[in-house]
Amino acid sequence: MALFPLPRFAGEGWGGGSAMTGFVIRRLLAAVPTLIAVLTLVFIIVRIVPGDPALVILGDQATPEAIAALRTRLGLDRSLWAQYFSFITSALMGDFGVSMVTGRSITAEVAAVLPHTLDLTIASMIFGVVVGVPVGIWAALNRNGVVDVAARVLSLLGLSFPVFVSGIFLLLAFSLHWRWFPVIGGADLADYGDRLHKLVLPTVALGLIMAAYITRVTRSAMLASLGEDYIRTARAKGVPWRRVVWVHGLRNASIPIVTVVGLYVGILLGNSVLTEIVFNRPGLGKIIVGALNQRDYTMLQGLMVIYCFLIVVVNLITDLLYGVIDPRVKAE
Amino acid sequence: MSTTSELVAPPAPTGWKRALGKARSNPTTAVGVVICLLIMAAAIFAPWLAPYDPAEQDIFNRLQPPSAEFWLGTDQFGRDILSRLMWGGQISLTVSLGAIFAAAIIGGAIGLVSGYIGGKFDLFVMQVMDVLLSFPSLILGLIVVALLGPELVNLVVAIALTAVAPFARVARAPTMALKERAFVEAGRALGFSHTRVLFRHILPNILSEVMVMGTLWLATAVRVEASLSFIGLGVKPPTATWGGMTRDGFENILDAPWLAVFPGIAILLLVLGLNMVGDGLRDATDPKLRNE
Repeated sequence: MALFPLPRFAGEGWGGGSAMTGFVIRRLLAAVPTLIAVLTLVFIIVRIVPGDPALVILGDQATPEAIAALRTRLGLDRSLWAQYFSFITSALMGDFGVSMVTGRSITAEVAAVLPHTLDLTIASMIFGVVVGVPVGIWAALNRNGVVDVAARVLSLLGLSFPVFVSGIFLLLAFSLHWRWFPVIGGADLADYGDRLHKLVLPTVALGLIMAAYITRVTRSAMLASLGEDYIRTARAKGVPWRRVVWVHGLRNASIPIVTVVGLYVGILLGNSVLTEIVFNRPGLGKIIVGALNQRDYTMLQGLMVIYCFLIVVVNLITDLLYGVIDPRVKAE
Repeated sequence: MSTTSELVAPPAPTGWKRALGKARSNPTTAVGVVICLLIMAAAIFAPWLAPYDPAEQDIFNRLQPPSAEFWLGTDQFGRDILSRLMWGGQISLTVSLGAIFAAAIIGGAIGLVSGYIGGKFDLFVMQVMDVLLSFPSLILGLIVVALLGPELVNLVVAIALTAVAPFARVARAPTMALKERAFVEAGRALGFSHTRVLFRHILPNILSEVMVMGTLWLATAVRVEASLSFIGLGVKPPTATWGGMTRDGFENILDAPWLAVFPGIAILLLVLGLNMVGDGLRDATDPKLRNE
């Protein structure tokens, strides 16, 4: 769904036929090597840690038999290559292993809370776009004016807020002082009103940096786009200014904006950990902190893989959006 | 066709000096520099300036609100917040500067060599960097610290790892352009080794870009360090860290909100100051904006 109406030309867009299908298939295929590379890096990072994981998990008091048993259970007694191949193949098939502590499947544990994290990430992304794009355009149209300077100062401030600091400030003001929003953030997924209400403060806290970045990128991309010849042509043809800005200008400025949104969804996913701690929301962040406290290494490895999957999917969507926005990308 | 002027390596320091001059005339940068210098001074001179011992507990003065005696109040153990903030600044600055310094050297060297050699080697290296870049820095840092253990050195390693790829990219692009220039060819024709050409002729020309990048990433490093400490993966207590103090304060947020607010403001100010300086330097060195 497009937030702003994009002009459509013959033979393009979602229903553009074989060109689009080919483009989607090419991108999907290109994502597989990336995924394998990312998985390889996860494997290496987890393996280069000094010390025997089994010893770390069981502690110094463990008997050699117990350590040997755990090594077998974790598959550490096999060759590195065997471990690597079984890791890659099972991850690609969606099996991320079991938690060392609870013995439950990591996929199941993650699936239970993923909707909360996705709610938060997507809401923050929308917040960032809805705030950042109009403010960025407004600033570009008033270059060096009051609005522009204000937007620049505010976006600099927004960029500098660590998520947990903005979260705590919002919590202090709107939950503890004014009591507009609840302090506890876990919502019933079936109750949409409750879900949205509890999402407001975490979304603002997490989306602040996104909004600030998008404001900046939109401003500079719009400045570049509005200086182009086609804008002058459109004006000369008598196209209303509002349409020139929002349709001609914005469409051509949207590649850098989409790039930034795509890049920052990854950062949002990372920062959602902090937001979930501050607002006491269930989600991947809570699982990560639990796994850290319990030294649940298989869970950490699984979570890292799941984060990578999410990022690769986001990059894929970003790539596909390029094709929708700019027909030249698709034709490459 | 190369002219004589092209045979001489462009005088790099002039660009850097001009950038500094431009940055100095920018009010945002000036304010940023002042903020950073004040925080650095407070941290460096903490042993002499801090009113109290940061670790000294005082059970008669627990959770005191800000007052003339304790400017920023005391925590649940009666420790002075201002003193702990000043000492904690040392950790933030040491970890962030160390991490960015390491990332700039390692990433810069990777980008320089990769861009200079080019071909398949370059393609492979840059793909590895892209993979590294696809991890959210906080998650990567978190996992690495969790695996290595929350020690100061490990924090530096973890944060440096998240910043290596951007430095490699920033060093690579100008290297690729510079290696085609006549002065590089001239150097090789004179019999200089690749190492000499790389480090004596190309490196000085890309230094300013790497340094601007360093300032901008320093802000990120401060934020990541604070975030890791907030999660509980920072340098271990009783050592004061800003993120750790915010976390402790957050646990007492109903009784003593200032415990979380003051460290939060400290982190915000340092990140803001660094961003202001980085922005000014980037604008001053950006060729697209240079003539504005």
